[in-house]
Amino acid sequence: MKEKLEQIKAEALKQIESSDALDKLNEIRVNYLGKKGELTAVLKGMKDVAAEDRPKVGQMVNDTRQEIERVLEEAKVRMENVVLEARMKSETIDVTLPAKKNHVGHRHPNTIALEEVERIFVGMGYEVVEGPEVDTDYYNFEALNIPEDHPAKDEQDTFYINGDFLLRTQTSNTQVHEMEKGKLPIRMIAPGRVFRSDEVDATHSPSFHQIEGLVIDKHITFADLKGTLAEFARELFGEDTKVKFRPHHFNFTEPSAEMDVSCFKCGGKGCRFCKGSGWIEILGCGMVHPNVLTMSGINPEEYSGFAFGVGLERIALLKYEIDDMRLLYENDIRFLKQF
Amino acid sequence: MNTALSWIKAYVPELECTDQEYCDAMTLTGTKVENFARLDKNLEKIVVGQIEKIEKHPDADKLIICQVNIGNEVIQIVTGAPNVKEGDKIPVVLDGGKVAGGHDGGPLPEDGIKIKAGKLRGIESNGMMCSIEELGSDRNMYPEAPELGIYIFPEDAPVGADAVEVLGMRDTVFEYEITSNRVDCYSVLGIAREAAATFRKPFVPPVIEVKENGEDVNDYVSVEVKDPDLCSRYCARVCTNIKIAPSPEWMQRRLRASGIRPINNLVDITNYVMEEYGQPMHAFDLDTVAGHKIIVRRAKDGDEFQTLDEQVRKLDKDMLMICDAEKEIGIAGIMGGENSKITDEVKTVLFEAATFNGPNIRKSAKRLGLRTDASGKFEKGLDPHNAQEAINRACQLIQELGCGEVVGGMVDVCQPMKDKARIKFEPQKINDLLGTEVSREDMLDIFKMLEIAYDESTNELIAPTYRQDLECRADIAEEVARFFGYDKIPTTLPTGEATAGKISYKLRIEQKARDIAEYCGFSQGMNYSFESPKVFDKLLLPADSPLRKTIVIANPLGEDFSIMRTISLNGMMTSLASNYNRRNKDVRLYELGNIYLPHQFPLTERPDERMQFTLGMYGEGDFYTMKGVIEEFFDAVGMKKKTVYDPNSGKPFLHPGRQADIVYDGETVGYLGEVHPVVCKNYDIAAKVYVAVLDMPLIVNKTTFDRKYEGIAKYPAVSRDISMVVPKNILAGQIEAMIEQRGGKILESYQLFDIYEGEQIKEGFKSVAYSITFRAKDRTLEEGDVSGAMKKILNGLEGLGIELRQ
Repeated sequence: MKEKLEQIKAEALKQIESSDALDKLNEIRVNYLGKKGELTAVLKGMKDVAAEDRPKVGQMVNDTRQEIERVLEEAKVRMENVVLEARMKSETIDVTLPAKKNHVGHRHPNTIALEEVERIFVGMGYEVVEGPEVDTDYYNFEALNIPEDHPAKDEQDTFYINGDFLLRTQTSNTQVHEMEKGKLPIRMIAPGRVFRSDEVDATHSPSFHQIEGLVIDKHITFADLKGTLAEFARELFGEDTKVKFRPHHFNFTEPSAEMDVSCFKCGGKGCRFCKGSGWIEILGCGMVHPNVLTMSGINPEEYSGFAFGVGLERIALLKYEIDDMRLLYENDIRFLKQF
Repeated sequence: MNTALSWIKAYVPELECTDQEYCDAMTLTGTKVENFARLDKNLEKIVVGQIEKIEKHPDADKLIICQVNIGNEVIQIVTGAPNVKEGDKIPVVLDGGKVAGGHDGGPLPEDGIKIKAGKLRGIESNGMMCSIEELGSDRNMYPEAPELGIYIFPEDAPVGADAVEVLGMRDTVFEYEITSNRVDCYSVLGIAREAAATFRKPFVPPVIEVKENGEDVNDYVSVEVKDPDLCSRYCARVCTNIKIAPSPEWMQRRLRASGIRPINNLVDITNYVMEEYGQPMHAFDLDTVAGHKIIVRRAKDGDEFQTLDEQVRKLDKDMLMICDAEKEIGIAGIMGGENSKITDEVKTVLFEAATFNGPNIRKSAKRLGLRTDASGKFEKGLDPHNAQEAINRACQLIQELGCGEVVGGMVDVCQPMKDKARIKFEPQKINDLLGTEVSREDMLDIFKMLEIAYDESTNELIAPTYRQDLECRADIAEEVARFFGYDKIPTTLPTGEATAGKISYKLRIEQKARDIAEYCGFSQGMNYSFESPKVFDKLLLPADSPLRKTIVIANPLGEDFSIMRTISLNGMMTSLASNYNRRNKDVRLYELGNIYLPHQFPLTERPDERMQFTLGMYGEGDFYTMKGVIEEFFDAVGMKKKTVYDPNSGKPFLHPGRQADIVYDGETVGYLGEVHPVVCKNYDIAAKVYVAVLDMPLIVNKTTFDRKYEGIAKYPAVSRDISMVVPKNILAGQIEAMIEQRGGKILESYQLFDIYEGEQIKEGFKSVAYSITFRAKDRTLEEGDVSGAMKKILNGLEGLGIELRQ
């Protein structure tokens, strides 16, 4: 009996060994382990075995069965792998073929620059607010300490609707609107569209954008202005950016300054981009003029503040190296797609 | 403002610094240097030579051979210059030297031109004689230079000397940007005063002493100011025995460096004083002044006047004129008249130094289209004290330069002057504003340098009259900051109450709009807020359309930019058209920008500025693509209710059969559609264009960022498909409304899956198929639930004239 089993096993293993297809394996399984299989036939012959030997023989039959099953399974896995390998090989693709894109649209470079600026100031606790684009002379000029006869008020520079109303020439009007709300302290930035009577060319547009900043609180100092804007410049142009404050003049701030940043192209060594100076002019700023505070109902002996104004297009042109301002308003898709 | 550094140094004699140091330091104290240029740039090894002998070149008709004495030797130079003769003293660049430019006077090469010894047509030449152009200048600055050929020095030029020095070119010219508040710095003395304070060196202004001839000016001239509101001071002095001649070389050099062409001693003196003191002056030939009387008064509307540039100017009643007893002789502060012009025959000169009303001069100059150096200075509003100093300085120069005699005294018609500003000195408050700890003594030192006086008895600072910009403590703080150093002020961050950073809700919704538009393939464009009134015709809007009631700009850049837009479509169509014209395919753009709707005319309150979310596209996609974008956006901003599309939108610029109002929550919040073919043609677009416009103020009110989890359905859904034959005029929207109305609580969703018109369907009908899904939240639906709901729906549909297909 034992020999018989050994013989069946040997025969089966040999057949498994030599088979090359999954259905062949199945055939072997049926031939040996199936209802009419050889091993089953052996089990059927158990009745001829002496009763005391039956458990032992049964054990042997089972062992043989398990061994054949194990080898069959191994062979099956091996063959499946071969088949899988072959299939995958036939499925190789050219990974360098073009991507299937979802054709997502592109944000205007002005907006990208604006969102960066907003992110920086919101992070510093500023609120983003808006002011009217059509406003009165009072908010655009008078309340900002710009006297009646100031050249900025000339028709050459300002678009007028009538004697009272005009298109704002600066986002600074928002300073006044915010201060008049009477809620202190103020930490705000106000982005928006402004208008000046400039003919369209590579560096001018009659309509462009500014971002106004205003902080009013007790004990605000010029040192705070410097620290805040230096932080802003580093966030916007990179950790190594240096800033330089130069005295300047604006009617609504005193002391006033212009801020230059070290050229982010050459790092300050001087290049064509910064016209050899190593510095790029970025914004105007200053301590809010006491007349401006007073006119908006804030006591300058109790409160102080600083304000700044950044040209959004200037930032976008610099940061993205756009050489002609007209591109920003033509909306050519080949331009927009680059952002 | 351009000034030679040597002129500044004349008043700050101890100033020693490199050009770059000067530039940086001045800029940091507020006198911004825009540019500086050395006059001797690329001028190397150039000496004064004298031609001893000239011979003809044996092999070239146009060349000559010169023997030139350069001091220590005689060298041979071959030249083609037509204007030199033996004995002439000329600039000679030696072998290995450099000149700034070519003889044609074209743009100067960055590194100049190197000169080497060589042979010209076989004859040795050891240098080059220079024209004024080769020396980097021109005949405007050196009028004595010949039009073509070599510059010839005056006879007294020392042979062998540095020719660049002799020409006054060993100097640097600085160009400053002066801020409008610092009127005093539009003068050499003003800048020198700042330079002295910047470098902490003594400031030494000229000492004015006028030697008078003993006569009395009142015997020569009288002055009457009839319009003192426009002329707060009028100073007049007289000089006699005028001898016109060239001004001295030092004066010419300074004027040249300032970009002013030397003319003669009299003209040069007035220009020199204008630069030095920032006070424009005018010189009249007293013999042409009728009645020897000056009257300052307004012109009359319609008057005409010939200025000394021989142009006839139209005057008006807001222009101030200088007149004599009979006639007008000058436009105050702008330009003198042809009739009183100084000629070389002048004997007696009347000098005028006046203080005119700045804004009036600015506006007059603008109306005349005649902005002169003088008006540019007057328009800033001058210090009346300056007029007296300047006129005395001019007279001093007349006398010192031997140009004439000075008549004694000055006619001075002067309005009461403003008191000097007095500002309380509060060092602690200044430090509090700056965030500094500058000592009281250091502050007083700074004030001293700036000639700001300190009155100890009242603890007040007194601003000098030329500093009209100093009015309050903040102004004083700026002076402290400038000379303490902006760069030395610490950098800190504001302390105090913390504030939450945020953007307004409206801006958050706009951000979402951008996100969705871009996700759907639309790129962001930006258009102007003003446009042409012609756009309404292009958009086929009827003559009585309320959109034509626009805000009009009184002084636009042109008709194309003259009205504030009341509709955003023109910008979108223009942008699409320019893309189409450039053959860009499949263009999708969006814009977030305001329209401006006036409440009334004339404008007495701010208009309604309404943010419009405008989408436009051509190429791939259709009406339903655009509709999809709208619904994606509504979804993203929590607008979950059913949006209704009403085809009766009535927009003349849209295809009549392909347009809809977008109605949400009973309110029309926008519209979408295919652009009318005629409108497309008006914009030269030969493609189908689809647009959508959402009115953001209405949208914002309907949005929410609140979200609630509604659970995932536990019980199975049951779907039923219905296939219908529908009269053509019944809209899908009507069928859907019926399904919603009658589906009951268990209605979950419905989906159009087929729509067909054609052969198998009878005339006037279309085939429409929907899949309707029912589900209950709390149980598995039974057949009865579904068939009941379906029956109601089908009954309703039949009421619309719809037949079920078997």
